[in-house]
Amino acid sequence: MHLVYPAVLSALLFCTGLYGVLARRNAVLVLMSVELMLNAVNLNLVAFDVWLSRTARETLHSGQALTLFTIAIAAAEIGIGLAIVLAVYRNRGTSDIDRLRDTAEGHETDALAAEKAEATA
Amino acid sequence: MTTTTLAVLVPLLPFLGAAAGLLLGRTAPGFVRPLAVLPTLASLVLAVLVAARQGGGQAVDSATELTPTGSVPIELALYINGFAALVAVLVGVVASCVQIYSTGYLRDDPRYPSYAALVSLFTSAMLLVVYSGDLIVLLVGWEVMGICSYFLVGHYWETPEARAASIKAFLVTKLGDVPFLIGLFALGTDAGSFRITHVLGAVASGGLHQPTLIALLLLAGVAGKSAQFPLHTWLPDAMAGPTPVSALIHAATMVAAGVYFIARLLPVFEASSATMVVLAVMAGVTMVGSALAALAQDDIKRVLAYSTIGQLGYMTGALAVGERGAAVFHLLSHGAFKALLFLGAGVIIHAAGTNSLAAMSRMKDLRARVPDAYWTMTVALLALAAIPPFSGFFSKESVLGAAEHAATGHTAHAPGAAGWTVLVTGLLTALLTAAYATRLWLLAFRGHGAEAPDHGKQPLVMNAVLWVLAVPSLAFGLAYRVLPGWFDGRDLTPTLTTSVLGTGLALVGGLMTYGAWRHTTAVADRFPLGAVAAHPEADAGLVEAEAIASHAPAYGDVAYAPDPADPGRLLLGPLHRHAAVGFHLDALYDALFVRPVRAGASLVQFLDREVVETYVRGAGALPRLLGAAVRRAQTGNVQTYVSALLAGTVVLAVAVLLVATGA
Repeated sequence: MHLVYPAVLSALLFCTGLYGVLARRNAVLVLMSVELMLNAVNLNLVAFDVWLSRTARETLHSGQALTLFTIAIAAAEIGIGLAIVLAVYRNRGTSDIDRLRDTAEGHETDALAAEKAEATA
Repeated sequence: MTTTTLAVLVPLLPFLGAAAGLLLGRTAPGFVRPLAVLPTLASLVLAVLVAARQGGGQAVDSATELTPTGSVPIELALYINGFAALVAVLVGVVASCVQIYSTGYLRDDPRYPSYAALVSLFTSAMLLVVYSGDLIVLLVGWEVMGICSYFLVGHYWETPEARAASIKAFLVTKLGDVPFLIGLFALGTDAGSFRITHVLGAVASGGLHQPTLIALLLLAGVAGKSAQFPLHTWLPDAMAGPTPVSALIHAATMVAAGVYFIARLLPVFEASSATMVVLAVMAGVTMVGSALAALAQDDIKRVLAYSTIGQLGYMTGALAVGERGAAVFHLLSHGAFKALLFLGAGVIIHAAGTNSLAAMSRMKDLRARVPDAYWTMTVALLALAAIPPFSGFFSKESVLGAAEHAATGHTAHAPGAAGWTVLVTGLLTALLTAAYATRLWLLAFRGHGAEAPDHGKQPLVMNAVLWVLAVPSLAFGLAYRVLPGWFDGRDLTPTLTTSVLGTGLALVGGLMTYGAWRHTTAVADRFPLGAVAAHPEADAGLVEAEAIASHAPAYGDVAYAPDPADPGRLLLGPLHRHAAVGFHLDALYDALFVRPVRAGASLVQFLDREVVETYVRGAGALPRLLGAAVRRAQTGNVQTYVSALLAGTVVLAVAVLLVATGA
């Protein structure tokens, strides 16, 4: 199989993921998009590993080994990410990324402001 | 033990006592009193032993150099001649008396441990000055005394008077100490050594290039330390400290250090006759001015303070006519009776609950409340007024005799002008001294009016110390036969002319005051005056602190009371108003020094606040502005950040590609 097929597929997958990360509003879907991007990279790793080992320049299959690492780390990452999203949803009643702007400059929620006023009083 | 070892222990023991007292003061309060009294007593015993071994003969002179210090060597040197041995005994006696008296006087004071330790440290520094044979080591003791004086005057730092007085005492004496330091360096460089013996050797062989300059620089330090005109203004204010401190530091020892210093280096001063005339004029102005001021003071301790300045004037006067034996003789007898006067005044202030003579003159039978203080202070006042046969008579007559000797041109180094100045002002001061001594005695002990309040018996230690000091006040004068053997060998016997003149003038002064008092005492009943401390049952130190603090609110001034029944007012006439405030010297210094310094300080403050700070603020404003611009990009939307990240990555990637392909 020519190298261009997996490469193009991987690029498409990555762009889909990128679009999802930048444009989706739901945090769960953003996380899923991140998974797509990771897996696009995994596909590249495997494909180039096969291509390089065919020319006998690479015999250690480090691309495949690295893919296994990425899958394990991605599993952990998605676990933590989903847990955070779940906690945020329980706390706020929403997981809409556009409404989670607590770190904005000049932004203070009412509860935080009240707490600060108490501390200075 | 050799005499040298004993002599080293004399200043060392109180120093160790002070260190131990400061360390153990909080943890072991039971040790504080023994640690204060015993080292001082031990060093007194050792000083007596050293004096007995030295015996006025060959001076004990030994030195050791710890480490080379550059051009002019500094050595730990001892030089004990008859002067040093006897002055050390005086310091030991007065310091022991004061330490014992303080255990009673400040018995409830929470800061007694640090107080006692500082008094010990002070004693050790004074003994160092007395025994030191090296000018730099002497300077160490000199400055330690200055800082101890600062702390002890400010002992009641809760009151603004004490705070102001301690700062004033420190600054004014430092004003003299700066020229003093320069003078010491000049002397050391000229003589090639800081050892006193070498310096005196260089002077004898004419090795000094600038004797007048050096002597005048040293004189400034002496004037500051010994409270001579024009640097005397700190001493009356220093009376805001506790009475034992006044007795020890501001009457008997520290102020005597300046006189002792000149006595030790007299040949340096004699090398320049201009300095001797300056010294004589300084002594004369100090004597007369302080005696007039003493006659107008209302605070009993300020009377004694001005009296101290005047008696120190006698000593510098004796030095100005080149007779250091008479100066140190007067130093010794004055140390004893002035310490007694101050300690007695402490007892009176405690018993009367006030430090105001006007208030005391309206109390009947104050003398019956404090019989010990009454009798001993009578002795001391007679000694102060130089009535024979008390000690002050002999020492003062030896000064006047020396002045007469110089005035008639019989003294080699002293100019006749100096002799005449000292003689005339000395006789005038004898009159005034007797007048203010009589005034103090009449107002304090012969009051009319309401019964003196009964504040209980005075502590035994306080009364016992008074009697101990009364002995030398009474009998030390007879030492004039023995003392020449300890000093330069010149005769100290009173001469007939000056004795008759001096005693006659003293009697006239006393009788004039008595007459004036008889005249004014009828007025006293019509003008009730008197404020008494709020806690008469407290320990004496607290009563005194309250009395000093309440004097200004009660009478309008710390030194002055509007009392028409004051004999001093009648005697001084229109001068009284000026004398009460020390002839406006404080106001003059205020205008000359204090206000310019304040103005300079506010200018510096303006420059700092308005000019320097503007630059600092400007430097801060630009980054803050940039920061505000950058902060706007922070919207809180994660996706915006990631978009910016992506854009940046793409730009970088394209740039790398372009560079890599060489386009």
